[in-house]
Amino acid sequence: MTAVSPTPAAASLADWSCPLPLRDYPSIVMGHGGGGQLSAELVEHLFRPAFGGSDPAPLTDSAVLTLSGARIAYSTDSFVIKPLVFPGGTIGSLAVHGTINDLAMSGAMPVALSAGFILEEGLPMELLARIVNDMGAAARAAGVRIVTGDTKVVERGKGDGIYINTSGIGVVGAEVHIAPSRARAGDVVLVSGTIGDHGMAIMSQREGLEFETTIESDSAALHTLVAALLAAVPDVHVLRDPTRGGVASSLNEIAADAGVGIEVNEEHVPVRGPVRAACELLGLDPFFVANEGKLLAIVPPEAADQALAALRAHPLGSEAAIIGRVVREHPGMLVGRTGIGARRVITMQIGEQLPRIC
Amino acid sequence: MKYLTEFRDGAIAQRLAAEIRQITTKPWAIMEVCGGQTHSILRNGIDQLLPPEIELIHGPGCPVCVTPLEMIDKALAIAALPDVIFCSFGDMLRVPGSDRDLFRVKSEGGDVRIVYSPLDAVALARQHPTRQVVFFGIGFETTAPANAMAVHMAKREGLTNFSMLVSHVLVPPAIDAIMNAPANRVQAFLAAGHVCSVMGFWQYPPLATRHRVPIVITGFEPLDVLDGILRTVRQLEAGEHRVENAYERVVTFDGNLPAQQLLDEVFAESDRAWRGIGVIPRSGWRLSDAYADFDAEHRFDVRDITTVESARCRAGEVLQGAIKPTDCAAFGAECTPRTPLGATMVSTEGACAAYFNYGRVVQLERVRV
Amino acid sequence: MCLAVPGRIVEIREEHGTRMARLDFGGIQKTVCLAYLPDAVIGDYAIVHVGFAISRINEESALETLRHFRELGILEEELGEVPDDAYRAPEACPLPT
Repeated sequence: MTAVSPTPAAASLADWSCPLPLRDYPSIVMGHGGGGQLSAELVEHLFRPAFGGSDPAPLTDSAVLTLSGARIAYSTDSFVIKPLVFPGGTIGSLAVHGTINDLAMSGAMPVALSAGFILEEGLPMELLARIVNDMGAAARAAGVRIVTGDTKVVERGKGDGIYINTSGIGVVGAEVHIAPSRARAGDVVLVSGTIGDHGMAIMSQREGLEFETTIESDSAALHTLVAALLAAVPDVHVLRDPTRGGVASSLNEIAADAGVGIEVNEEHVPVRGPVRAACELLGLDPFFVANEGKLLAIVPPEAADQALAALRAHPLGSEAAIIGRVVREHPGMLVGRTGIGARRVITMQIGEQLPRIC
Repeated sequence: MKYLTEFRDGAIAQRLAAEIRQITTKPWAIMEVCGGQTHSILRNGIDQLLPPEIELIHGPGCPVCVTPLEMIDKALAIAALPDVIFCSFGDMLRVPGSDRDLFRVKSEGGDVRIVYSPLDAVALARQHPTRQVVFFGIGFETTAPANAMAVHMAKREGLTNFSMLVSHVLVPPAIDAIMNAPANRVQAFLAAGHVCSVMGFWQYPPLATRHRVPIVITGFEPLDVLDGILRTVRQLEAGEHRVENAYERVVTFDGNLPAQQLLDEVFAESDRAWRGIGVIPRSGWRLSDAYADFDAEHRFDVRDITTVESARCRAGEVLQGAIKPTDCAAFGAECTPRTPLGATMVSTEGACAAYFNYGRVVQLERVRV
Repeated sequence: MCLAVPGRIVEIREEHGTRMARLDFGGIQKTVCLAYLPDAVIGDYAIVHVGFAISRINEESALETLRHFRELGILEEELGEVPDDAYRAPEACPLPT
């Protein structure tokens, strides 16, 4: 789930009527899954009123519940990507990493995962075996057990080969309090490494957009990176893994949730050469391209250097960088300082970012 | 990236901008024709480095904005047909037709596919001989050679299941139309560098002379755009109106002759309606008679199309630089990037979308002061 | 209408009777149509729009333009005409360590 800003108490279901933005689309369009404004509106105007009751808290990457005195993080994510196998991973390893990361972004140590499969009739058994073994390997490498699951089969043509849902639980330390609302003016924004790798690795396999490339997905489990960061800086304010919608969507969401402005220095955001080249070719902005093995961290200014050092000392954070600041000005807006010293407002995309010719 | 990154150097950009500020003594209104240039200006914040006397008017150089509504509606009708694989550049997917866009058609079951190149559509036609593959052939002269080659290959290979819905528009007639419009304020043009890499710039001296405007062939990276503006302002301040090539590494006077040869064979000139502007005579290309068999407009029955443009949309006046987006009553109210009434709000370099986001920067500036 | 990106020709071949080429774009490679540049050879740079190379890059001209840009401002500095009204966006972000 993506985070949304707190809204007034939801209208009762009895007199629910479609609020204006959803009325524009009588049926779901692909943009609703893009991680941009349409996705956010679906959550805000449909899911939250239906599920949220009177609880005004934002729906973040994972929910933290207190059960018999223990703080448990609980998260779910579904994986519908094509292709099923891509440079750097499969839908299986992605499904494991994705939910582990959702839990880790609450500062939780992941404990266990569930795995639900919706298989399409005709899916080759060999492919399924490859994906499932990849999942098992990813879970073992991460030290997280897959303890329960479910399998359903739908008729040929009713599914994209395989859809996977993973849910996970983790334990959150008593002293850990990570939430978008904790972002404060003056805080420093860091990224744990290069951006855009996953999205461009996927893009390079899409029909019509193929290029011969060395771009690999960065899909990885981030919980040990988070642990290393928290050991050095216990007072991390915000963590977010910038998946679909990219760094720009995540920072926009945080800015909106916390009612603060965020400024990034575009030249300081690390992007690998081939990723930048692929983006240039297709007219894509790396800021909006998905990542599956990176995190954004927002920390108090006095802890910035230690945070950077802690990230860089870990194999998954070796290219970490300080990329910006939280500011009092322009609350809710993400602003980029461009390479020529000017500024641009980096607005959330409507749906998913599309290649362009113009 | 070689021959790209060097032209984004921040320090040099600042120096070029300083030079422009030094030589500007009067207000000037300059139109950049190409949507790609508009994109670069907005994305890099180039206009923020210019002195307040320089006004950049964003021209109608974006096929997203100017593809006629009727053509969009034809595309939607064809894309909705059951046997059709409809291929398009990504730019066109969210452009509103009379009542929906290609995304809606996709959600309702149409096989709509984004492609990077028209050759990908030709490849699909080879792979799916029993399906009709239609490519949405929009764009300016830059894109026309690619579209021409695609149709030429289809004809050569006998791919009878391939067809193209053509809606090409041309820059020089647009410049004429803009300068002839009664409310015109444009005093100089940054001509479209990549259009000229194909066509050369031999078409522009008569325009510069006829309308007494400087026309500077300009590239797209920040240094190219700033250099184009610098040369333009120098001419304006000196009362000159010449054609100048500020994109010499890619543009020559004659242009790409093999491309022009195939364009002559595959396309024929036609009158073209520009969305929001109206019909500009001889401002477009359609498929020539030799390629009529591959024309999607003939192959599919798309005659009974009633177009309904929003009554409130003033995109045409914006495209010609006659009004600013903020002058339109619908701007920011019922017309936003999320709920666009017209194409200039849909396209990321459409003037209205630009102002919508830029307006947030203005808000930014006010807060800073 | 104008997104065209520079790449270096690394291989030339024929596909379906058409002259094609593999270009290197700073780390990624893509095969595009080279039919419109019949005289281009391996090692040349070209700009590519929607899968087509539409113009060679004149490297001497590019380097000359860059040289001219770099001299801008240096001459002014030498003459003591340093612009003091350079635009600077507010330095909100700390420099990287």
